[in-house]
Amino acid sequence: MDLYTRRRIVNGVVMSLSVAATAFGLLWLVLVLWTLLENGIAAITPALFSQMTPPPGSAGGLLNAIFGSVVMTLIATLIGTPTGILAGTFLAEYSRRSRFGEVVRFINDILLSAPSIIVGLFVYELLVVHMGHFSAWAGAVALAIIVVPVVVRTTEDMLNLVPNALREAAAALGSPKWKVIVMVSYRAAIQGMVTGVMLAVARIAGETAPLLFTALNNQFWSTDLNAPMANLPVVIFQFAMSPYADWQVLAWGGALLITVTVLCLNIGARALASWSTFKQ
Amino acid sequence: MAADIALIGRSAAQRQRAGSIGDVVFRALTFLFALLVLLILGGVIVALIDGALPALRTFGFSFVITEVWNPVTEKFGALAPIYGTLVTSAIAMVVGIPVAFGVAVFITEICPLWLKRPLATMIELLAAIPSIIYGIWGLFVFAPFVQQYIQPAIIDSLGQVPGIGALFAGPPLGIGVLTAGFILAVMVLPFISSIMRDVFETVPAILKESAYGLGATRSEVVRQIVLPYTRIGVVGGIMLGLGRALGETMAVTFVIGNAHRISASILQPGTTISASLANEFTEAFGDLYRSSLIALGFILFIITFIVLAIAKLLLLRLQKQAGG
Repeated sequence: MDLYTRRRIVNGVVMSLSVAATAFGLLWLVLVLWTLLENGIAAITPALFSQMTPPPGSAGGLLNAIFGSVVMTLIATLIGTPTGILAGTFLAEYSRRSRFGEVVRFINDILLSAPSIIVGLFVYELLVVHMGHFSAWAGAVALAIIVVPVVVRTTEDMLNLVPNALREAAAALGSPKWKVIVMVSYRAAIQGMVTGVMLAVARIAGETAPLLFTALNNQFWSTDLNAPMANLPVVIFQFAMSPYADWQVLAWGGALLITVTVLCLNIGARALASWSTFKQ
Repeated sequence: MAADIALIGRSAAQRQRAGSIGDVVFRALTFLFALLVLLILGGVIVALIDGALPALRTFGFSFVITEVWNPVTEKFGALAPIYGTLVTSAIAMVVGIPVAFGVAVFITEICPLWLKRPLATMIELLAAIPSIIYGIWGLFVFAPFVQQYIQPAIIDSLGQVPGIGALFAGPPLGIGVLTAGFILAVMVLPFISSIMRDVFETVPAILKESAYGLGATRSEVVRQIVLPYTRIGVVGGIMLGLGRALGETMAVTFVIGNAHRISASILQPGTTISASLANEFTEAFGDLYRSSLIALGFILFIITFIVLAIAKLLLLRLQKQAGG
């Protein structure tokens, strides 16, 4: 075999492997989504949204868990978003080249990928131990700690994309820097910042590990933020690991619900980002 | 009239002063929140050390090298979970890196332009699916499949090879270290491939075109131009994926079997640090038991912190290099 043929064959093999790898990756996505639909769709009934989590062996729904997840996600977003936006603003507008900014950026990126179960342990030590009991507040704080680095990162990135000419123009009109940031930079970067918040919500909507030791779970309807609160991920965990068929069906239903929510948020965020005014 | 002018003058001056006060306040506010990011990390470290202290005081360094995990006699050692964490992550890397590399090469070098975005998005959606979904899927769908088809095949082939046979011995249980490693591989795939893709895109077109102009094939361009140019970034991406794999909790908890022991065979159940925490923490009665679990968390935190810091430093170096 001459050199030319050999090189062509090697190339053909390498390229086919690369195509196969891509197909393999996509196959997993399709498989996971397909089984979710197959098993979850049977559980999507009106009862799922109107009844409480049942004891084993009887019918029920996930209403209290859905409520708890929504409440905790909402509180976490309300705490995490302003925190993240302000910290991101500092990084982008006040400390592009400072040492302190670099350190914060570095630590933030590590928090972004840090194991979420560690966050759960931290909030357990911080709140649960001191309050003496598990609570929805602790769960929300744990989720907020996961929101913050995501929002910091996207806020900073988006503010960095705002052309300096815009800031200079506003400054030349005599507006103080805080007004330039709030009325010009934020407005120019708002789409990207909203994208970041949506991605953060998508991330915490399915987070389980940080809730295990903070919000715990609750079999009953509860609106008390100082008490343990049911939430979808932990209910799915508990029900899926149980030997009861009813519970497993509900777990699949909850899993489908979470996945659809998370994927919609993700795709929505991406669509919004691609309309964004400034692109790299 | 004069009074009016004075009034206007004063209000302008006031406005300016208000502006500068606003600046000071706003800057201080954003600074405080930036500081909060550091405080969170500091808080995590302090809380973990504080919680782990009783266990570390009782067991000392032997905590890290002991395999025993017995809540009844209150003897705890971290070796089995540490081993499980490292082995599952290693399997995830062995399976995940080549696939991620293939995906990145396909998207940057082969894929037609119109397909690039949708394809990249679909691969990244793999990262969006929550960990618990991989867990429930792994438990009910993947583990039975592994038990029925993959494990018997492995036991019959690799399990019979002298020397490495012990690694692949034992009854096919479905759940176990290998299954957990596989699922982790799929979960870290999007993280690694998206970074590889990003760094592959930074290779100057003129370099690649020169190689093509000399008659190089695509695979030669990838191996001899793209890879050498992006080596640091590729390693950074791999480390980032490794950091994720080490700390991944729910997916592993579902399929690893939660056995506090070190088996020679990777087909057998084991446990990881995060899976032990998820399974045992809320049921851990006794201060020493709980403290030992927190000590496990602290070890996990140190390992992932180091891996992620290396990843970040490598990627920063690449960024500086690209920025000139």
